[in-house]
Order: sequence, then C-alpha cells, then structure tokens
Amino acid sequence: MTTFLGLPRTRRADDEPFGPLPHPREPLRWGEPFPAAARQALGNGQLRRNLARATTTIRDKRARVVDEVPDWEALRDTGSAVKQRVLAELPELLERLEENVTARGGVVHWARDAAEANRIVGDIVAAHGVDEVVKVKSMATQEIGLNEALAERGVAAIETDLAELIVQLSDDMPSHFLVPAIHRNRTEVRDIFLARMADAPPDLTDAPRELAAAARAHLRRKFLTAQVAISGANFAAADTGTIGVVESEGNGRMCLTLPQTLVTVMGIEKLVPRFEDLEVFLQLLPRSSTGERMNPYTSLWTGVTPGDGPQEFHLVLLDNGRTQVLADKVGRSALHCIRCSACLNVCPVYERVGGHAYGSVYPGPIGAILTPQLTGPTGGRGTAGAGHHDPNASLPFASTLCGACYEVCPVKIDIPSILVDLRAREVDADRGRRADPLAAAMKVASWAMSDGGRFARAERLAGVTHALGGADGVVRHLPFPGSLWTGSRDLPVPARQSFRQWFATRNDAGPDDFGPDDGHDDGEEAR
Amino acid sequence: MTAARDDVMARIRAALDDPGQSRMPPGVVVPREYRTAGEHAPGSGGALDLLTDRLIDYQAHVLRVPATQVPDAIAEVLAPLAGQVVAPDGLDPAWLREIDGDAVGMTVLRDSRTAPLDNATLDRVAAVITAARVAIADTGTIVLDGESDQGRRAITLLPDVHVCVVRADQVVQSVPEAVRLLAAHAERPQTWVSGPSATSDIELDRVEGVHGPRTLHVVIAE
Ligand code: SF4
Repeated sequence: MTTFLGLPRTRRADDEPFGPLPHPREPLRWGEPFPAAARQALGNGQLRRNLARATTTIRDKRARVVDEVPDWEALRDTGSAVKQRVLAELPELLERLEENVTARGGVVHWARDAAEANRIVGDIVAAHGVDEVVKVKSMATQEIGLNEALAERGVAAIETDLAELIVQLSDDMPSHFLVPAIHRNRTEVRDIFLARMADAPPDLTDAPRELAAAARAHLRRKFLTAQVAISGANFAAADTGTIGVVESEGNGRMCLTLPQTLVTVMGIEKLVPRFEDLEVFLQLLPRSSTGERMNPYTSLWTGVTPGDGPQEFHLVLLDNGRTQVLADKVGRSALHCIRCSACLNVCPVYERVGGHAYGSVYPGPIGAILTPQLTGPTGGRGTAGAGHHDPNASLPFASTLCGACYEVCPVKIDIPSILVDLRAREVDADRGRRADPLAAAMKVASWAMSDGGRFARAERLAGVTHALGGADGVVRHLPFPGSLWTGSRDLPVPARQSFRQWFATRNDAGPDDFGPDDGHDDGEEAR
Repeated sequence: MTAARDDVMARIRAALDDPGQSRMPPGVVVPREYRTAGEHAPGSGGALDLLTDRLIDYQAHVLRVPATQVPDAIAEVLAPLAGQVVAPDGLDPAWLREIDGDAVGMTVLRDSRTAPLDNATLDRVAAVITAARVAIADTGTIVLDGESDQGRRAITLLPDVHVCVVRADQVVQSVPEAVRLLAAHAERPQTWVSGPSATSDIELDRVEGVHGPRTLHVVIAE
C-alpha cells in the first residue's frame, strides 16, 4: 500500500518568475533525491544567506525564552510521556474525542488517506455552493494536497497566513513549518506582492510593516465574506472535545470565527488525553517554535457554540500513513511531533540546504524520519523495499547525526536514533533483494559507510572497487544504497573528515559557519 | 464513512499489537514534576508587576488604576478616537459611563449572541471594550472565554483597538494555574491573547499588527 499524496497542479512554472517549484504531484515525495536536491540548493547563495540569517535569529530567540523557564526539562519529560500515552491509548482517546465533539454539535469524519480526506472536504465545500474558502496554515492539509484537490473541483483555497500567502502567490512550496517562506527575504516578498497581488499599493516598500499592512488590506475583504474556512489543529483534548489552533497574525482567529462553516483536518496523533495537558504543551510549543513566551493568539473551541463563531463544524480525522508509522515501535515516536520546527532551526544540514531539498512538506530532521515512514510501502518499515527509485529512501541519510535536534525537541523525539534505524533498514532491505555478487558489495558498502575512516580505506580495496565498477581506486558511485552516500560525495572522502567539514569545504564557507564541531564523524556508530 | 472509521481503528489496534484494549507500555508513567504555580500569589503585587512587564514587552499598553477609576481609564485610552465603539452586553455599564454620550462624540454599541452586530458593522467600529476571564503573568497572556462580559469572539477581532479590563484577582502567574481554572468550563470558546497581533514571517522580524487588533490596551483594576 502506498499513501496517496495529492493531485497534479494545473499551472505551469515555466512562465513564472517566482515559482521555481511547481506544486508537486505528491506533497510528501517530490523533486530529486536529497543528495542531488541538496547540491542544487547549495549553489543558491541568496537562499543560503536568507536561511542562515533566519535560523540564527530564531535559534537565539528560542534559547533566551527557554532559559528563563526553570522547569523546562520537567515539561519536556511530561510532554514526551503524554505523547507516548496518547499513542498507546489512541483508539480509546479517538472514541472519546469523537463522542465529545459530536455531543457539542460537531460532525466527525474519518479519512484513511489523502484522497478520502480531500473528497470529504470537497463535498462539504460543494454542499455550500461556494467557489472560495479561506484557510489557516496547516501541515495536514499541505500533506494531502488539499488546495490542489479543491482547485480540481473549481474551488479556490485562499491561504491567509502571511508566509503561506507569499508561497501561494509565488506558486512556490513551503520550506519550513513555521515560516514557510523562510527562504525569501523582504525584497523578494515585495516583488512577489507587486507582481501577484492585484491590490498591492504601487509604492510598496520592502519594510516588513508595510508588507504586513498590504496583506491585511488584501485579506480583510475575504475574511468578511468567506462562508467556509479550513484549518488544521495543533491539539485536541479527548476528554472535552476541545480543539486548539496556535497562531500569531489573527488570520487563524478570522478563519475560526467569522465563516459560518469550519472544517478542521487533523492527524489522528494530534490528541492529548485531557484538557489540562494543554498546560504543558502551551508552554512547550510557543517557546520552541517562535521563541516567544506565548504566541499572540491561541483559539480553543469545542464543537459549536450557539451564537458565537461557526455554526457548522466538521472534524476530519486523518490517517494517511500514520498507522503505518505507529506499527513501528522505534519509529512511532515521530508521531509525538508537535511541529514546532525547533529541530529545523538547529540543524546544520537544514541551514545549508533549506526545506525544499527534502522533497516533502515535512522538511528538516523530523521530515527525514517522518516522510519516509509515512510514504513507506511496507507498514512501519520506512522506505525499505521501495529501493532507489523512491527519492525518500535517501532522506534518513540527510543528517550529520550531531544530535542537536534531539536536544531542542520539546517532546524529546530521539531523531538521531531513528535515523540510524531507518538507514540500517535501507541497507538490509536492499541486501535482501539483490543477488550475489552485488549483495556482497552492498554488505561491504554498508559496513564501509558506517565509518568515515573505514570508508576511505575501502576505496583502496581492489576487490571492492572492482565489484563496484571502479578501476582507479576511487569510489565514485556505489550501488544503492551506497549511492545515497556517493551521490553527495563524488570526491574521495578523506579519513576522519567529518560531514560538517566536508560540507563546508565543498561550499567555500569556513567550517566555523557550522558552529562548534561536536567531533562526530558521520556514521552509524556515532550514537 | 463508517467503513473508514472501522478501518482506521482496526489499523491502529493492529499497529499497537493488541486486538483488544490497548495499554500504556509497561513502566511508562506520566511524570508531572513541572511547576503548577509560580512564586507570586494570584492578584499579588508581584504577579501584577510581572504581567505588566510582559505585556509591555509585547507592545501592549498598560494602565494600572484603582478599581473605581476604570471608567476614567477607559475614557483616557479612547480619547483619541471618535464614532462608534462596541461592548458586550454583559459588560458593567458603569465602566462605560465616561464615554457614552454626545458630549464625548462616541456611541457604544452593545453586542450579544442573541442580538449580534454584523461583521461589516464590527469592521467599522473604532474600538472594543471587554472584561477578561484570567491573565497569565509569566507569558503576558489574557484569556477571554466568551462569557457575556467578554462577548462573541468576532467583537474582539475586527475592531482595530481592543481595551481589555483585567481585575487584579484574575491575574495568576503561571500557565498551569490558568489552564486549571479554565478547565472548569473547557467548552467555552477561548481566545488567548498575548499582545497585539503580530507576524515574524518576513525574515523573522516581529511586526505588530496584522489581522487582529493592532492596538491592545490593558487596564488592570487594582
Ligand atoms: S521533532 Fe521535535 S523539535 Fe522537531 S518539529 Fe517535531 S516537536 Fe519540534
């Protein structure tokens, strides 16, 4: 079974100055495999400058507000354990949520995959006879390609989050959970608005304040007239049926309050058992994501409140590969993720290549473990079995295993360990599929890949290089999955040179750009 | 739909390796070692000082006055404005006595769930005045829960200026204190407000004022 991941878009990118990325057919599997996409991204100097600036700013902000919380580690411990409990008790909790939402006048729908979710939402919208809906930024709806699916049915989905609007106007793809247009600087944003926003003031400057004001004016009319809104959810409390959306701009409040009909699409893992658990997550999330003590606005609602807000509420509970992740006892903790994006902001690989290189709406370290598991063909086995035709097979290799992501994760997801586990499976799966002598070569390759020094020595092993097709003592192309390695390393890898150092020298930036080297060589033994 | 529900449920149960009841993995208890209260008692001077500091940090305007001077404080912050303002119908009428009437050139419109103003009207009013449910000092957050002195969510969203009156005894220090209080009526629609609306979407520069009210005045009644 493969997870359905969206529809082709109809517009083309060729004639569009801002849209280097046509909307993909599959929001969780697009573009080239990571090594090739990363190499391309590394050649884009503007992108790297924008990213470096943004991730540095947000890392500092986060560190400041986390440091002022004396019980931060205790909150993380609770957050992690609560999420474990949620997965262990998922059937009962979902039943309770459904009961409580229904009791308060909401309608609960279940979707096995993206196509089903898109159909449910599309039918609700069609029943209201509208051709336009307003949307709050939501990872789940991006994951299922909802906007494209609605477009197929003649419905325009207007993104109302500023960054999401920038992405939508420029026909681009998001590259970050929190700041989807993190790869754009203010001047690029101004140019996009001037070119694509019909009512943008002609004398618009690139001051963020002016750009925000232009977005406010542009969207206000839409908010006042929209009849249907679509949102995701950050949390849902099973014991009360309360749903929560955390945001900054007020576009979320507009969507959640003004239209008469609200449709919320939520992954089945977004639950917390009790309303009181929000006291933990509403501390962990804002400080980890925007680096604020609290985000400007949080909306919590329970079904329908007569006379206040939407009078029709639909909750779509989405599987789309999540049960497959759940079946894996190691990988399932990827479902604890609260999408704060802290792991993206601290990741040396993300900082260099940006979100697009991951070829998924879920980029960065969490994307590297979640995407291949969500799209894997065999339940809970990651991409193992998909082979090198699947670009997602390279994602678990898109990391230096430096461990920074684990340290900042508010729910303590051990991303490096899961990466190692997924890598091992790629290697095993491929070995199992191949006949000798390639299987033997794979075995050597996987062993060699586990250690930089060994890898360098392996180049000199005549028997190995011969089996791998090289005659000059240089390994340029290992067969899959070694190709995942050589795909981004077409030079001999010097002994004991860390991935970070290699990365730096390849891109004429000093190694200092990566921050302190933790001394880990890239390799399976690093943790 | 039912089939989808059954399928998803069956997949979850299969994934958890447990055809009957799923259980917490053995040995995993949820630790709760975090603080459930701050060092400042609700309504104490320390809590109010902290709240004031955090609100100002997020560019809200703060006025601390004795409870009897709330009407004057409201009049003071609204002085630069003219025309219509809106208040929920459960708001203490005494609070509005300094601003309602021809003398100050201002009209107070009342809004309720049963007699709501339309969105176009709300979009035109100059300001909204409400009470609050609870305020969190640590984070500079004010929570509204839609009761009749705070009103429908739309009235605190469309006007460009929000004047919110917080009583000192409603100020707690920590997030857990507030959540436990709110849990008594979790079903009420809640809006947590921390400063005016803002965005950091362009180069992560915080800019106050996007879609929600661009100005937030908090009147703390001591
Ligand atoms: S994995 Fe952890 S750090 Fe990364 S986005 Fe999810 S919750 Fe945040």
